[in-house]
Amino acid sequence: MHKATAKSGSNVSLARRAWAIRRNALLMGEVQGQGYIGQALGVADVLAVSYFHAMTYRPDDPEWEGRDRFLLSIGHYAIALYAALIEADILPDAEIGTYGMDDSRMPMSGMAAYTPGMEITGGSLGHGLGIAVGMALGLKRKKNPAFVYNMLSDGELGEGSTWEAVMSAVQWKLDNLIAIVDFNDQQADGKSTAALAQVPEIRRWAAFGWFAQEVDGNDIDALVAAFDAARTHTGAQPRVIICNTTMCKGIPFLEQREITHFVRVEPEEWARALDILDAEIPQ
Amino acid sequence: MSDQALSRRRSKYTPRTAPEGERLATSAMIASLDSEGRETIAAPFGHALVDLARDREDIVGLTADLSKYTDLHVFAKAYPDRFYQMGMAEAVMISAAAGLAREGFTPFATTYAVFASRRAYDFIIMAIAEENLPVRIVCALPGLTTGYGPSHQATEDLAIMRGMPNLTIIDPCDAVEIDQATRAIVDHPGPVYMRLLRGNVPNVLGEYGYQFKLGQAQMLRDGRDVLFVSSGFMTMRVLDAARKLQADGVDCGVLHVPTIKPLDTATIVAEAGKGGRLVVTAENHSVTGGLGEAVAATLMRAGVHVPFRQIGLPDAFLDAGALPTLHDQYGISVDAVTASVKSWL
Repeated sequence: MHKATAKSGSNVSLARRAWAIRRNALLMGEVQGQGYIGQALGVADVLAVSYFHAMTYRPDDPEWEGRDRFLLSIGHYAIALYAALIEADILPDAEIGTYGMDDSRMPMSGMAAYTPGMEITGGSLGHGLGIAVGMALGLKRKKNPAFVYNMLSDGELGEGSTWEAVMSAVQWKLDNLIAIVDFNDQQADGKSTAALAQVPEIRRWAAFGWFAQEVDGNDIDALVAAFDAARTHTGAQPRVIICNTTMCKGIPFLEQREITHFVRVEPEEWARALDILDAEIPQ
Repeated sequence: MSDQALSRRRSKYTPRTAPEGERLATSAMIASLDSEGRETIAAPFGHALVDLARDREDIVGLTADLSKYTDLHVFAKAYPDRFYQMGMAEAVMISAAAGLAREGFTPFATTYAVFASRRAYDFIIMAIAEENLPVRIVCALPGLTTGYGPSHQATEDLAIMRGMPNLTIIDPCDAVEIDQATRAIVDHPGPVYMRLLRGNVPNVLGEYGYQFKLGQAQMLRDGRDVLFVSSGFMTMRVLDAARKLQADGVDCGVLHVPTIKPLDTATIVAEAGKGGRLVVTAENHSVTGGLGEAVAATLMRAGVHVPFRQIGLPDAFLDAGALPTLHDQYGISVDAVTASVKSWL
């Protein structure tokens, strides 16, 4: 059994946080022998910057009124968000072994009623950004300065309702809304760009009136700069960060595998992946 | 027009054969059920909401480009800063209503019943009902209240919405009930789907000293021969039919069931179970999946075996045309209801 060794305080580097998120996700994947581990490894750096650089929250009070809201549209990415919530002390380490089990607070697809820190029920794609619009409107009504973050996937951009929300956020000048698009160019049936995603995706968002940035979603420095720019931008418009990520990032033998939406991992490979991660622990 | 085009039209639609002078014109979309020759009340939902919002900062209104056609414009005028015109975009209207509810507000979201039930279903069930959020979805043009054809006739909205867990469904009869129901649902802890009559809405229940109670069916009149179990504006139709039938010696009771879900099964079973009466459900909805089938299932489950008939719209895409013509054609006018009941006795 591998022991988690990441958490130690506020001076922990973001690279270390991302490492811990990857590690938590692998441990959960090992529990179930499956999971959307490719996405979790790919988006770990984005989550590290979200939870340990950009966002304000109180780990012991996940519903604190002043918190920044993080809405996960993509319910199947739950394993990734659980990994981040555990690292953020919103969920306890001890529950890692319950992932996807009966009576767990961490079901395979993310649902608000189950999990502290899970703001919405995802899974039916094309919902998150619309709910984010409503929450951003609500925060403005309350004069609450918190941000609403919505993480969505490139495949989800095919849903028409996403674009209703894209237009609405501009119409209402939602400068407190930050969309994060995980662009890994994979959806259930193949490449997202072979479906309805575009390269460069940033053009559409900019054309709709968003403050749009596109970054290497596995480059922590670039992510920090993009999140800072999104938060401090003065335009009365919503913000989007298109994060180009690599599926399975950080575990080379999985990165090189023929990448699919649902990455197959053999039973003995979980331990091998953890060994690779543990061989190089960031400061 | 080519023969082919004509024959396609003919195969699609067989014209009615009303005499030339008796053909009615389709009324405008905004027409309300005001041709009944009775007292009406203007925009009961809009005015009730304005009244409620006076002391309730949490009430907000959203619409998908149909404020004027759902009477929400009354609220928009009174509280412009609490009104969200979401555009012709039902998905984001519903999702945003969910988001506002998450932030502690009490959203009233309006559109037509066809658009809420058909287009926005996934958003209502997953963003609102699954979380049991207090969003009120108020929808005009229920059932057969427009002559514009299937695009606007919500003949199956109750069938669609009844399958949704957590959802409370209300089909009010008249202006009095719309006013009362709007006030009654404001503090309901979960989501509500309410059908709406808008514009100049008849006042029918005023003379009965009626008070809407969420989840309760109420006897409006008693009768020995027939028990109507009705919802929505069909309650005004069966009350009129009951008067006509009375003149012919047929004594009809009327059990009004404005809350379709959760259904007041206790009252329905108690009244139908008295026996000796023909039970006739009457609804402004398809006979598939609405009040009629809900009542039938309720009686079967309770072991109440009584003569039972359904008045409702056929399981079909309905014709376009004038409402009085269509209500006669599909058996939900007062004359048609009266004739049906007589034929069953």
